Amino acid sequence: AALLRVQPQPRLGAGQDVGRSCILVSIAGKNVMLDCGMHMGFNDDRRFPDFSYITQNGRLTDFLDCVIISHFHLDHCGALPYFSEMVGYDGPIYMTHPTQAICPILLEDYRKIAVDKKGEANFFTSQMIKDCMKKVVAVHLHQTVQVDDELEIKAYYAGHVLGAAMFQIKVGSESVVYTGDYNMTPDRHLGAAWIDKCRPNLLITESTYATTIRDSKRCRERDFLKKVHETVERGGKVLIPVFALGRAQELCILLETFWERMNLKVPIYFSTGLTEKANHYYKLFIPWTNQKIRKTFVQRNMFEFKHIKAFDRAFADNPGPMVVFATPGMLHAGQSLQIFRKWAGNEKNMVIMPGYCVQGTVGHKILSGQRKLEMEGRQVLEVKMQVEYMSFSAHADAKGIMQLVGQAEPESVLLVHGEAKKMEFLKQKIEQELRVSCYMPANGETVTLPTSPSIPVGISLGLLKREMAQGLLPEAKKPRLLHGTLIMKDSNFRLVSSEQALKELGLAEHQLRFTCRVHLHDTRKEQEMALRVYSHLKSVLKDHCVQHLPDGSVTVESILIQAAAPSEDPGTKVLLVSWTYQDEELGSFLTSLLKKGLPQAPS
Amino acid sequence: MAAHLKKRVYEEFTKVVQQQQEEIATKKLRLTKPSKSAALHIDLCKATSPADALQYLLQFARKPVEAESVEGVVRILLEHYYKENDPSVRLKIASLLGLLSKTAGFSPDCIMDDAINILQNEKSHQVLAQLLDTLLAIGTKLPENQAIQMRLVDVACKHLTDTSHGVRNKCLQLLGNLGSLEKSVTKDAEGLAARDVQKIIGDYFSDQDPRVRTAAIKAMLQLHERGLKLHQTIYNQACKLLSDDYEQVRSAAVQLIWVVSQLYPESIVPIPSSNEEIRLVDDAFGKICHMVSDGSWVVRVQAAKLLGSMEQVSSHFLEQTLDKKLMSDLRRKRTAHERAKELYSSGEFSSGRKWGDDAPKEEVDTGAVNLIESGACGAFVHGLEDEMYEVRIAAVEALCMLAQSSPSFAEKCLDFLVDMFNDEIEEVRLQSIHTMRKISNNITLREDQLDTVLAVLEDSSRDIREALHELLCCTNVSTKEGIHLALVELLKNLTKYPTDRDSIWKCLKFLGSRHPTLVLPLVPELLSTHPFFDTAEPDMDDPAYIAVLVLIFNAAKTCPTMPALFSDHTFRHYAYLRDSLSHLVPALRLPGRKLVSSAVSPSIISQEDPSQQFLQQSLERVYSLQHLDPQGAQELLEFTIRDLQRLGELQSELAGVADFSATYLRCQLLLIKALQEKLWNVAAPLYLKQSDLASAAAKQIMEETYKMEFMYSGVENKQVVIIHHMRLQAKALQLIVTARTTRGLDPLFGMCEKFLQEVDFFQRYFIADLPHLQDSFVDKLLDLMPRLMTSKPAEVVKILQTMLRQSAFLHLPLPEQIHKASATIIEPAGESDNPLRFTSGLVVALDVDATLEHVQDPQNTVKVQVLYPDGQAQMIHPKPADFRNPGPGRHRLITQVYLSHTAWTEACQVEVRLLLAYNSSARIPKCPWMEGGEVSPQVETSIEGTIPFSKPVKVYIMPKPARR
Repeated sequence: AALLRVQPQPRLGAGQDVGRSCILVSIAGKNVMLDCGMHMGFNDDRRFPDFSYITQNGRLTDFLDCVIISHFHLDHCGALPYFSEMVGYDGPIYMTHPTQAICPILLEDYRKIAVDKKGEANFFTSQMIKDCMKKVVAVHLHQTVQVDDELEIKAYYAGHVLGAAMFQIKVGSESVVYTGDYNMTPDRHLGAAWIDKCRPNLLITESTYATTIRDSKRCRERDFLKKVHETVERGGKVLIPVFALGRAQELCILLETFWERMNLKVPIYFSTGLTEKANHYYKLFIPWTNQKIRKTFVQRNMFEFKHIKAFDRAFADNPGPMVVFATPGMLHAGQSLQIFRKWAGNEKNMVIMPGYCVQGTVGHKILSGQRKLEMEGRQVLEVKMQVEYMSFSAHADAKGIMQLVGQAEPESVLLVHGEAKKMEFLKQKIEQELRVSCYMPANGETVTLPTSPSIPVGISLGLLKREMAQGLLPEAKKPRLLHGTLIMKDSNFRLVSSEQALKELGLAEHQLRFTCRVHLHDTRKEQEMALRVYSHLKSVLKDHCVQHLPDGSVTVESILIQAAAPSEDPGTKVLLVSWTYQDEELGSFLTSLLKKGLPQAPS
Repeated sequence: MAAHLKKRVYEEFTKVVQQQQEEIATKKLRLTKPSKSAALHIDLCKATSPADALQYLLQFARKPVEAESVEGVVRILLEHYYKENDPSVRLKIASLLGLLSKTAGFSPDCIMDDAINILQNEKSHQVLAQLLDTLLAIGTKLPENQAIQMRLVDVACKHLTDTSHGVRNKCLQLLGNLGSLEKSVTKDAEGLAARDVQKIIGDYFSDQDPRVRTAAIKAMLQLHERGLKLHQTIYNQACKLLSDDYEQVRSAAVQLIWVVSQLYPESIVPIPSSNEEIRLVDDAFGKICHMVSDGSWVVRVQAAKLLGSMEQVSSHFLEQTLDKKLMSDLRRKRTAHERAKELYSSGEFSSGRKWGDDAPKEEVDTGAVNLIESGACGAFVHGLEDEMYEVRIAAVEALCMLAQSSPSFAEKCLDFLVDMFNDEIEEVRLQSIHTMRKISNNITLREDQLDTVLAVLEDSSRDIREALHELLCCTNVSTKEGIHLALVELLKNLTKYPTDRDSIWKCLKFLGSRHPTLVLPLVPELLSTHPFFDTAEPDMDDPAYIAVLVLIFNAAKTCPTMPALFSDHTFRHYAYLRDSLSHLVPALRLPGRKLVSSAVSPSIISQEDPSQQFLQQSLERVYSLQHLDPQGAQELLEFTIRDLQRLGELQSELAGVADFSATYLRCQLLLIKALQEKLWNVAAPLYLKQSDLASAAAKQIMEETYKMEFMYSGVENKQVVIIHHMRLQAKALQLIVTARTTRGLDPLFGMCEKFLQEVDFFQRYFIADLPHLQDSFVDKLLDLMPRLMTSKPAEVVKILQTMLRQSAFLHLPLPEQIHKASATIIEPAGESDNPLRFTSGLVVALDVDATLEHVQDPQNTVKVQVLYPDGQAQMIHPKPADFRNPGPGRHRLITQVYLSHTAWTEACQVEVRLLLAYNSSARIPKCPWMEGGEVSPQVETSIEGTIPFSKPVKVYIMPKPARR
């Protein structure tokens, strides 16, 4: 049996841990690396996966057949330039078109912060990002890409962020599906993940929300809109700190359509820079968005915002209501913090945190109810503005994960990208309810799965049809007996009819005949005897062709029966029965029948 | 030179003519003499290659074949079939056989033997499939003949083992359509063993080809549709198919499960892997619910739709569909809906959400959490959140149907429906608002829900707002704050979208009359009255103030204590509004006032019956018309028409009938008047001028008859006959007048011929009704038809004239329900003094908003006409999507009309009005042969004439010359 090995990378793998992904899969002798993420929390070597672990010594290019990147989040693609340019990998890197477009922007931004702001050395350069992107091969959804003669990959839509994809990796009859991050409920700009019944040997799924079942998205949206609308109507200002990509676009669409629907005139601003570039790509990749945007884009591209304009620093002091999206999302630095400081003093204003905030950030503090903040230089900022929290997360919840597993119908499931305790729960559920074996390896741990590969055998159409015609009723699921000859030649298998096999192999056909003598006590003549045998058989074997030949012999189909009189004993007659190997069943039945003797003829 | 040229031309011309003549002659011979079958035979024999033969067959298929010659054609085709080697030609022949056997008036049993015969020798799978299709056509044509059906079923069973999926498909289809219905009958038919069709079809549920599996399920559904009771055993088979790999199989399987669940709702089925048992309908409901989260959206739509019609399902199963146990980090969490409800019941105002407000509460027992419940859990929650709006709409519809049958479910699903008001697709929002309206009898809105509902009032889509107004008309509100909130939001809506005025007033009218007790405590605040001080009198023309008054007055109708709270000017305003907006303001019993209006109202009710009687009497009076002298007849008709018109004005429910009969009488009156003209007695040339009246009468009668035929809904066939008869008389009149006033016979010939054709047409189409037309014009006309056909025009005219005079007046039977189509243009209002300016040559869009009543098929009939001052008229066909259907018999047209014109010097008015287009030939049934063929009938869209049916509205426009 072939083996399938999966190994989340040590130290920075995607094992029982959230937010870092790098998985190595060996399938039928092929090695594929899934995602190449980095860790935001470290600033030293631990930030990137330890690639030396993959091949103790030797080049990565020789070992890996390909690298697949599921989407553009840095925890899935952040280590890519380091991996390809600094460690050295020249093989193909596969990702979807939107990921290919947006990924370098994020990498460049990340590089800038690391090198220019923090002054780190030994970091990848802009040129390296460019060189790395040259190795990328972009794939379309549902396009089957042949990496080499045996290895093929195929992308499925995953929701989550623009261009996020799930990948099916297939060698021969063995396959693995890697989900990356995905979302089973649609949101305002993206659809839901979908996969066909591809029945892979293994499904590697993320499990960030393994123990959560989420409420309907609509309530949250409605709440969000209501809050914004009320504040704006009161004349207050709304600050929404966001990260540049992903949720920001969703919230923009949400507000934009609401403004359109409600005919509101209050200005909405979006802090410029990264976002503007990203919005440009969102405009281009309409086929990757949800049904509504795809359907209406002929009239109007939803990402060409009518009400949302670029933000200028000076606008923050403008009187009157406004809504501002500003980066970064946790209020720890940058423009969002500046605006927050300006607006915090007025109780008419509001700040809406659309996501999780790390401990220690201003965002976290105000969310946990702190009303007085100590800023740099011992200033104390009193927060009078309203603070709201709205969770807009784009990961599948426990139900969603189960749904996807149900859709793909894998032989076994492997959980990654989640906390061990939560995974344990989900693992148990999957095993109980879907009756599918489930694994949850830790970082660096290798899971080996035995597979039972099926061996394809070619069959000629003529033979298939002939054999099919014999059975009367269709029975799809039941195995059926088939007569033929299996030819193994140059590692492929063919099932052909025996005549053809003989012809192909240049062999002469040998006939195997069984003969049997049946002694009967009878004093009559041979001819008479034969006639009696004939009439007897005719009456017993109604649906077979029984013939009496002129030379005195009787045939049943191809079985020959002759009556002879041995010279020594005139009272006994000998019946010679002869049949071919193919008619064994009928032949043996006949002999046993004849051995019982002929019925007494009415004399 | 010129002469020479002329000669040459002439020479050549003559040559050409000769040749043409020859050709035409030969062609004519061939075309007319042999029958269709012979022509086909010749064609097919001539065909040298299969492609040729195919071409001939294709050409042949374009023309219809009469029932008499079908059999001959079939013989020819069969003969050719035996000879043909090419499968594509055989395929076409087979399909032609099927088409031919559908011909009306042809009994296909004679070709069945041949069809079965050729089926046995056929090798090509495609042709086989086509032949089976032909057999199906034959079988469905002869539903009574049991023996034939049995035989066909036998044939189908024989071919079920074919290797081609196409053949198996057709066999199953045949079985589904023809499989015997009653067991007893099949047993009686000896010779053929009774086959268990269901068993046979059921065996193919596990066929290897998904198309065949689908066909098998469809065949089973077909059996059900034909009234055969499906066995319960099918249920388990169908359940297995729910996990099929192919979506069309799953989709069909869901349908089958639904059908079985409707047949055996109360049967008990075991739950696998446990000892429990549940009702079949509950089990099926759970299974279909599970399909709402299927991978294919087609299946999801199908499943969501079917859920709506499963009314027998037990309530706890039903309520599970809205239940989704939330948890976070393995701890139970409450849904936002639950939290909202709690906030409301604790009496707190929504404080906004804090972080951790939704913090999970109790720990969840890990063993007890079931992530993919086999049951119905959360099916609707999933359906309403689906990616595809088709699924969401289907889910909303299903929710609506289930909620209508179960009040407790209605209460529960409210939160979800309210959520749908914020969907991103307008259709879904609209659908959910309509749904809410339909179930509004079962529900009372909580304040927080009302809040969300009212937020949608600001929507920029007019449809949404109006739907919401309709919803508010029939909503129950629980508190006086709710009413206040609704009023405030509606007033906000009014200031933002002033065009919604009428709709908002109407909404407040119902809101007031539904909640008098809740309005009562609000009255002082709403009218801003003060116990001690007089307040300023509000502006009477302010729509917002009128809105408030409409609410209060309607509430006051059932709340006698309310008027005591009114101040003086309120009473004055009441009197004013009662007059100006009587449809919105009810009659009130006000202290110190005479109850004039209330005294009238009961008398109106009691009058209903007499008015009906009066109508009958006046119509009966007219029967005696025959015996009166012309003068008396005219007078009788005149005052009857007057009576009817007055009656129509007084009694709106009788207006349709009264108008309809008045119009008919008017036609008769015109006819009598025209025949009374002196011109008939004098030699023709002298009365050229005076004949104006007669010809005008004829024209008017024609117009009126068209109106009668097309402007009234509910006109039945017996009325149509009378109307057509009247029209025929008008045409006869026209012919006579023309004959009298024109000299020369040539035009008359044509007219006569045309008229006779019309008579012929009339006879053919109303042949069934002719016995009712004793003594009438047509009756007499048809008696003389042979004579008319051979006479000269002058004679014809003479005969017609005497007949017109002698013919009896036909009594018009009244239809049960008749309504006159009417239209009112709401917008443009036509009052504006500011001209609509635009650059000449370019286009300006004019918004047109109109309500249509009792118009049948408005999408095809209603047109907009624009009349320019220079007499130019333009007809605009609105898009089908521009029509909305807010209620039975009512339509709303909201469209844009594009105007354009060359420059004017002054602003001028153009007229906009609505037209009703008609086409009397559209009533003629189509020939069945044509439907199958390639010919696309474009007849329906043609317009024969139009009737204006709305008051024209004048729009002031000003095309300016373009600046250079």
